[in-house]
Amino acid sequence: MSKKEDFVKFDKVDKSYDGKVLVVKDLNLDIEEGEFVTMLGPSGSGKTTCLMMLAGFETPTNGEIYLDKNPISNIPPHKRGIGMVFQNYALFPHMTVFENLAFPLRVRKISKEDIEKKVDKALSMVSLSEFGNRMPGQLSGGQQQRVAVARALVFDPSVVLMDEPLGALDKNLRESMQYEIKHIHESIGVTVVYVTHDQGEALTMSNRIAVFNDGKVQQLSSPDKLYEEPVNSFVAEFIGENNTFAGEISDISNGSCKVKLDQGEIIANPISVKSVGEKTTVSIRPERALINPKDKMDNNQKGKIEEVIYHGDHTRVRLNLLGNSEFILKVPNSSQNLDIKLGNEINIGWNSHDARALDPK
Amino acid sequence: MSSETQKILSTDGIPLEESLKKAEKKNKIKAFLLVTPLLLFLIITYIVPIADMFSRSIDDKMVTNMLPKTFKAMEQWDGKELPSEEVFEAFYLDYKILVKNKTAGKLQTQLNYEKNGFKSVLKKLARKQKKFEEGNYKEQIMKVHKRWRNVEYWRAIKRRAPAYTYSKYLKGVDMYSNEDGKIVQVAEDRRIHRILWSRTLEVAFFVTLFCFLMAYPIAHLLATLPMKYSNLLMICVLLPFWTSLLVRTASWMILLQQQGIVNDFFVWIGLVTDDNRPEMMYNKTGTYVAMTQILLPFMVLPLYSVMKTISPSLMRAGKSLGATPAVAFFKVYFPLTIPGIGAGCLLVFILAIGYYITPALVGGASGTLISNQIAYHMKSTLDWSFASAMGLMLLTGVLVIYWIYNKLVGVDNIKLG
Repeated sequence: MSKKEDFVKFDKVDKSYDGKVLVVKDLNLDIEEGEFVTMLGPSGSGKTTCLMMLAGFETPTNGEIYLDKNPISNIPPHKRGIGMVFQNYALFPHMTVFENLAFPLRVRKISKEDIEKKVDKALSMVSLSEFGNRMPGQLSGGQQQRVAVARALVFDPSVVLMDEPLGALDKNLRESMQYEIKHIHESIGVTVVYVTHDQGEALTMSNRIAVFNDGKVQQLSSPDKLYEEPVNSFVAEFIGENNTFAGEISDISNGSCKVKLDQGEIIANPISVKSVGEKTTVSIRPERALINPKDKMDNNQKGKIEEVIYHGDHTRVRLNLLGNSEFILKVPNSSQNLDIKLGNEINIGWNSHDARALDPK
Repeated sequence: MSSETQKILSTDGIPLEESLKKAEKKNKIKAFLLVTPLLLFLIITYIVPIADMFSRSIDDKMVTNMLPKTFKAMEQWDGKELPSEEVFEAFYLDYKILVKNKTAGKLQTQLNYEKNGFKSVLKKLARKQKKFEEGNYKEQIMKVHKRWRNVEYWRAIKRRAPAYTYSKYLKGVDMYSNEDGKIVQVAEDRRIHRILWSRTLEVAFFVTLFCFLMAYPIAHLLATLPMKYSNLLMICVLLPFWTSLLVRTASWMILLQQQGIVNDFFVWIGLVTDDNRPEMMYNKTGTYVAMTQILLPFMVLPLYSVMKTISPSLMRAGKSLGATPAVAFFKVYFPLTIPGIGAGCLLVFILAIGYYITPALVGGASGTLISNQIAYHMKSTLDWSFASAMGLMLLTGVLVIYWIYNKLVGVDNIKLG
């Protein structure tokens, strides 16, 4: 079976609630069949609005959304056949778990035996076979969550939307649920559109991530690309940890540039800068800068250790480097890092390829 | 294992249960002291009056105390034929004292309840008895009025002999115990109380229904509108609460009377002709309209408080799972509002069943309810024991409804907010 490309397609979608502010601006997004796409962004960035438009609870102010090539703006939610997992599960409190799962099948007038078969299958998928007769109120948060997932999948929808489904769970449970949802996705191959503000969640689960800010998709790419190669300073800041230097381009040639800072100068990889004199923000991941590098690196600076925080498997070191007193290093714990002591001056090196000169903040 | 080893001791060696009781004693006393004012208030203003009402409704000591000698003499009388001279003499002596003390009027009223026309007979006796000679009272009394020869009047007196009676309760449902002591219905044209009871139930039922039909959409809107609109709407709902009941009822009179605003409007739009204005007041219509308006907030508020707690995502979930809006409403939303419906209906029904002032003002003859009858007996006939009896019947009726409701829906499911 060949997978359909642009199975879900947002085409130039705008959304405004009050006619003054655009919550979603010119959104274009293609989602492949069977893909797990996460909309990631801070609150108020428009990601939930996009999900609601796809589910049919909000109408686009402009533009069109296509599901399997068909425009769906005029189709009411109950005819879209899209499963949805809500933030607080939205299980029907007056129905048992079984009735909750049977609800979408009953409204589709499926025969009683088929309903029982399908519900049993869905319950065993989330390993809750024994819980059919319980009321949702008698279940723990994690169990309710799994019931909600099973309910969204039981009627075999082509797309499942999940609106911060793990937000109410504690950390350990959240992590195990991440894997569980990921496995369910892999085993049944349904298209999932997932909304979260938790970047860890997005990185673990998704095939692709759309980073939202200010109503726009800032970057749409796979988790590793998003982390390694952010295209602008918002994405670099939002995903993972990040050291930044603000400066001005003093020279640019052959895929490398010189950035003049308030104190000193560094060599960087020009991503969104083109000419000399442009303002820029240079972004370096903490684990890409090394202490006393053995191999030769084209950036070498001296920094003073201002703070050392022990984290078990690694140590976080805060340095004052080139006037930036927030420069963070992650040093793996090994017996060699002996001169990491408060107040010491150390040599720091990094490759210019890992220092990405992005747009100024 | 013996029970001694099971007993858990605290660190000091005192049994744990005892030491727990000791530790909590202070808190329990404090809690009790806090509720004492309310408890006293309830006892004085609620329990005591109801107990008093009950004793008043079955109390028949007044007549018993007025005619002590007569009832003693009547103990031997079988009630088949006219009583003996002994009874006549005793009655004469009792009645003489009453006339002297100027309390004969009460007896006349009481006995008139028992037998119509007794009052005039007794009044005549009060005038004539001054000239009675000693001895042969039977002849003398019978000479005063021929009705004294009728055994029924004597039976009427005897019926009032016991200190306690349930006759008022029988009267409340248009029954009485006849001369033979059998419980029978009153004549068909005099069965007014049953009409009133059934009308009260009917009005309460329909008022509850109308309130429900109107309050449900309002409450839903209140619970789902954005804050600034819902506050405004809430004020509109509560505004009647802040207006005097009398003012509201009076304004309905202005609106609904035949020359009133509503009728003027109907004439103006040509719905009715000027000389054919419908009567919307001083009948059941007036009672329905005014009571529904007055009791509406009691339905809105419990419904609102329940709907407020229903997450809007539940309806969305229903729709996203493929239910049409109507199905989602009836399968998901409606069942979740049942506690509020129960609370609102119970509240409105119970309030409506005992409603007094509005039916009295706008009800007219065909719109009065049982409570108006109670008030009538309190104020006009001064038959307080009958009023008490009907009041208690009303209270019992409410308790029965509450009990049925508890069986059907369960009181735990009520949510008042």
